[in-house]
Amino acid sequence: MPEEDRKQLTKLAIVPAYNEEGMVGRVVREINRQAPGFDVIVVDDGSLDATAIVAEREGATVLRQPFNLGIGGAMQAGYKYALHHDYDVAVQVDGDGQHKPEYLPSMLEALQTSGEADMVYGSRFLGDPGYKVPWGRRFGNRIFGVLLSLIVRQSITDPTSGFRMVNRNGIELFARDYPHDYPEVEAILLLHAHRLRIHEVQVRMNARGFGESSIDYPRSAYYMIKVMLAIFIGLLRRRPTPMDGPPPDTGEFEPVAPGAGAAGVHAREGDG
Amino acid sequence: MTGLIEVAQTTLEDGDLSGKAQVFAVIGTVLFLGLVVELVRRRRLVERYALLWMSTALLGVILAVWNGGLNWLADRLGIISPVNALFLIGLVAVFGLLLNFSVAISRLSEETKIVAQTVSRLDAELRALRGRAENGRGNGAESGDEAAHQRAGSAGSE
Repeated sequence: MPEEDRKQLTKLAIVPAYNEEGMVGRVVREINRQAPGFDVIVVDDGSLDATAIVAEREGATVLRQPFNLGIGGAMQAGYKYALHHDYDVAVQVDGDGQHKPEYLPSMLEALQTSGEADMVYGSRFLGDPGYKVPWGRRFGNRIFGVLLSLIVRQSITDPTSGFRMVNRNGIELFARDYPHDYPEVEAILLLHAHRLRIHEVQVRMNARGFGESSIDYPRSAYYMIKVMLAIFIGLLRRRPTPMDGPPPDTGEFEPVAPGAGAAGVHAREGDG
Repeated sequence: MTGLIEVAQTTLEDGDLSGKAQVFAVIGTVLFLGLVVELVRRRRLVERYALLWMSTALLGVILAVWNGGLNWLADRLGIISPVNALFLIGLVAVFGLLLNFSVAISRLSEETKIVAQTVSRLDAELRALRGRAENGRGNGAESGDEAAHQRAGSAGSE
């Protein structure tokens, strides 16, 4: 790899994208430019446009979901990939351009130095968000922030931020169990229940690259109620368990190339 | 015909289902059971759910025909009109079935999700392998030296 990186950590940027052909190319390019140590995987969540083709043209590996799974399922596909290919670090960078890759190096720094955090996430509200957050979002954030802070006994200023970097522990947990519809808030509870530690860093985000937020008013009401329900039922569980039924997909398959570790395969791709 | 039914009705105790209603219940249930069997025959319904529906229908028809049973049940439940006990039981059975389906759907969507995630990962890995295989072949055709050089390089990097 061109960039020297301490301890030779393998790092993966997971870019969930749904109908983002206009934006995803720029996101991949920016990650490659600002954080060249990261391999990039775009999770095309059943897009109807050319998202996968654009992402591939920029050199990203693409996980094509056969149909739309929603952000939770898409991100989990990314974490599963990270687990299978033995990555040490994985970070979510949204395909709509909201998350700025320029923060990746400092988030990585925080993950490695901030007293054994398992997840470092970028909070808009540690400082000035830098753009006008719609009041509905701000309100939701405040409520969830207060609730979560009480439960996890640590200040969570931006519980709906998806800009998150996890270490191997986080990758293993999220590959095994990740919430469905609106995963951000629940994922924090999940980390807490598994005694994984969370650390906040201040970031600014772009207002969404394209169009309006995908969450309109009726839907944000549904969002609030659904997440509340998840929080309270989550508290009733002694420890969150994956749904019963199929065994969790944690890697019964052999690595791709015999002899070569999956991570090695990936590294060579990066060289070529 | 109507006269006959009137005669039958006069012998009923207060609150019993009329013979007419019972005939309808039996005919309806038989048609329903026939439909379920037909769906299973065409493989549009798996036996597990067929059994569920058939047993619900049987329970309904037994209570509709057997006045004694229904009266006893209504009495136990403190329901004055036995026919309401029948409705109540029908409603409870339907709720139970629906909840059962929600559970089944939740499990299915979880399983579907896992399959989709696995398929997408295997697809990405297959593409990567295929791309590398094609590159290797292409280089070999153009110049053997270059391919050999590349092999040596990649071996060294491992």
